[in-house]
Amino acid sequence: MFLICVNLWLKKMEKNNFQQVGKSKIKVDGQALVTGQPVFVGDFIIPGMLWAKVLWSPHSHARIKNIDASEAEKLPGVKAVLTYKDVPRIPFTTAGQGAPEPSPYDSFILDNKVRYLGDRVAAVAAETEEIANEALKQIKVDYEILEPILDPKNSRKKNAPVIHDEKEAHMPLPLAYEPKKNICAHIDIKIGDAEKTLKESDYVIEHEYDIHYAQHTPIETHISTAYFDVHGRMVIITSTQVPFHVRRIVARSLNIPVQKIRVIKPRIGGGFGVKQEVLIEPLVAALAMKTNQAVCLKYTRSEEFISSRCRHPQVINLKTGVQKDGTFSAIDIGILQNNGAYGSHSLTILCNTGSKILPLFKCKNIIFDGDVVYTNLPVCGAYRGYGATEGYFAMGIQLDEMAEKIGVDIVEWSKKIHISVGETSPVFAALGEGVEGVEQNISSCGLDKCIELGAKEINWYQKRRKTQTGRYRRGVGMVIMMQGSSIPEIDMGAAFMKMNEDGSFNLLLGATDLGTGSDTIMSQIAAEVLGTATEKMLVYSSDTDLTPFDVGAYASSTTYLSGQAVLKTAQKIKEQIKKVAAEMLKEPVENLTVHEGKVFGKKGKATFSEIANYSLYTKHQHQIMAGESHITHKSPPPFSAHFGEVEVDTLTGKVRVIKYVAAVDCGTAINPKSAEGQTEGAVINGISYALCERYIFNKKGKMLNPNFNYYKIFSTMDLPELKTILVPTYEPTGPFGAKSVSEIGINGPCPVIANAIYDAVGVRLYKAPFTPDKVLEAIKKNGNHR
Amino acid sequence: MKIETTINNQKKELNVKNYTEPLLDVLRRHGYVGTKEGCRSGQCGACVVLVNGLPVNSCIYPAGRASGKKITTIEGIGIPNKLDKIQQSYLESGAVQCGYCTPGMILCTKSLLDKNPAPTDEEIKLALDGNLCRCTGYVKIIDAVKLAAKKLKKSSHR
Repeated sequence: MFLICVNLWLKKMEKNNFQQVGKSKIKVDGQALVTGQPVFVGDFIIPGMLWAKVLWSPHSHARIKNIDASEAEKLPGVKAVLTYKDVPRIPFTTAGQGAPEPSPYDSFILDNKVRYLGDRVAAVAAETEEIANEALKQIKVDYEILEPILDPKNSRKKNAPVIHDEKEAHMPLPLAYEPKKNICAHIDIKIGDAEKTLKESDYVIEHEYDIHYAQHTPIETHISTAYFDVHGRMVIITSTQVPFHVRRIVARSLNIPVQKIRVIKPRIGGGFGVKQEVLIEPLVAALAMKTNQAVCLKYTRSEEFISSRCRHPQVINLKTGVQKDGTFSAIDIGILQNNGAYGSHSLTILCNTGSKILPLFKCKNIIFDGDVVYTNLPVCGAYRGYGATEGYFAMGIQLDEMAEKIGVDIVEWSKKIHISVGETSPVFAALGEGVEGVEQNISSCGLDKCIELGAKEINWYQKRRKTQTGRYRRGVGMVIMMQGSSIPEIDMGAAFMKMNEDGSFNLLLGATDLGTGSDTIMSQIAAEVLGTATEKMLVYSSDTDLTPFDVGAYASSTTYLSGQAVLKTAQKIKEQIKKVAAEMLKEPVENLTVHEGKVFGKKGKATFSEIANYSLYTKHQHQIMAGESHITHKSPPPFSAHFGEVEVDTLTGKVRVIKYVAAVDCGTAINPKSAEGQTEGAVINGISYALCERYIFNKKGKMLNPNFNYYKIFSTMDLPELKTILVPTYEPTGPFGAKSVSEIGINGPCPVIANAIYDAVGVRLYKAPFTPDKVLEAIKKNGNHR
Repeated sequence: MKIETTINNQKKELNVKNYTEPLLDVLRRHGYVGTKEGCRSGQCGACVVLVNGLPVNSCIYPAGRASGKKITTIEGIGIPNKLDKIQQSYLESGAVQCGYCTPGMILCTKSLLDKNPAPTDEEIKLALDGNLCRCTGYVKIIDAVKLAAKKLKKSSHR
């Protein structure tokens, strides 16, 4: 029955001759961006604006015994110095999640304790950045240095120092939280009987996988400006993915009403998760309150590396059991996740490592448990992939190893083991984001096609397992993946629309375009519904005073969730347009059709402009306008198969990716070029992460490479040949059949490259990144030099 | 101190704190905010402007050295409703996501195409290697440069 439904949808899709959707429309904000218009936070200069600077902790773990800012305050041009004594002592989380957040309230705007090298000590607002920097030098701090924890394996030890010993630290939801043991989150789920079935499995592989710190490196670092408007309300212009969460969390942290705050998100210079963090807004707001002046705080590149947020490193112990026929008997995952000094996104990232990986595989017996621990290291937060990147690293490598063990080709085996249309997984219900999940059946899946097309594009069967000699050896690897689309039953997005005299529409969105192109995609969806051109949409997104609520840009949700809110809003507008047209044309509504910006009756027609003018000026005058909200009941996974070919230099250990293929099923690609762009950006970020991005710490926990010279990210000369293949399916619950696409692409490169290295030189790498030193060491140890 | 320059073909006197003040800060202070700051150490290319036609990282370029020279910023390439062919190509190719690296990318593209109207893929990659982009994976940026080369060639034949 279900399959029939889906087939009907597919047939319907084929019949649908989309005019706006499925076209690579030019970005609605594109002209402003290519001409360098003042659209980013740093471009808004307010007369008399002060510049803020932060004093950073030189110690990994210390208590502030005494802090004296009097000399700094005396400096001419200094307008405010804040220490923990000057800000409310209200615990909150910087994680920009729905309320109440499933992250511990363990942060203060400023505290009397510092928990990592790079933690905040004090903040200054001054007339110039130079004066602010000078003032920082004048602040005298007397520290009581405490023993730090610099290895997550030591966090849970019996006599380990307690990082969050403050009495206020707590979890706002009834979830496991034991700060006295340095545990900021815990999960423990059992489905079926994995212990027993593992023992009875024909093949069992167990291994530990170690995946590392990384930074998002948006080219625009964190920046916020706060000022008071003519009514004494605080306005915060900020580079954020979550403007509505910013408003709520700033209100909490400073104990001021939400009513007193307006948050404006202009254009954002990249986020990738790091701006899902309400990181600097409370501090900037506190400085603006203290000075009654506009204040701007912008992180330097070094501060962005050390004192913003990173990817959560995980040590994953993975054990899988498989029967001779290739079916799974059990999967057992144990995770130790390092959250750094604060618990942002701790539990939800951990959950995602399970919930975005385990349902992909047909397996009824599962153990999934993990601890998230505090350490005195840089703080982790949301990062594209959100736990799934970490999980696929382990799972992707282990499946490649398993295929070899049972003697099947990984490509052929992959087709047999994954979830398909009409099927469900017990994991969907068992594991959500911090809480229990939501049961769902898969209603669209193009994974087989992804595997088939990807294998063909990389020329798998000619390249796999080739005997080679010589210095340079080539190999191919692959992985299959899924992600989700929004957080079901939790996330909400809303839209508002009104019609203008010339048949254009204002589309007001809570959805937060952070460069992904969501403003354009929302315009295409609205235009498709209304039978008009995308160019007729005037989009304004994310201003807490002017646009409806939206949770923001995260969890691969904007197209699927907010897109549906736009679709519903546009449908309402369409009904109103038809009603007016019926009156104008003196025909019943049933007779009317809408396309090409006009309403056609059996006898006559009216243009949108005529209809708008009629409704505004002629008779029964009213504004054609509507708003709608949407929550999702499912989180349909996009699916993807990645393939890569690498060349390993056996003399130096350097790995070069020759070709990379990402085949992805994101349902209907509303804007194909944007969907490709999301995939290409995610893949190159992933390859860069797999091969060269890493945090180097000294013995005190100081990150030693906070710049692009020593923290290398891929640039044009590093590019492999990259091929993106969009595999169309139709997701019945998404707008015009769409699912998400933004995150999934980053999860592939780590396992694909590890597997390709194995194919090339016969060594398995379990610790990322695959830098030449590690590859060379592994080759020397056990390379079989095929 | 004051320096005389030509910015986007207009003579301009700039107020400069001292010889070594970064050109980036001077330009932004004088309203050329299309020039972006990404690292302040010449490692990301977001602040690229052209000085006498050559791309420089304005965050580490002493403003004093720009005295008497011709500076081109993104504002001098094209404006809304009057886009240059390179800007148009970036949009048509889907080469712009967040747009923060875009001004620097476009200026480097202009510098390349002015000298080499038909660059190979390798030449394009080399020309843009100093410009970091975290959104696009560069694929569509390279497409945009090729499209721009094609468009410019077409127009020069007319």
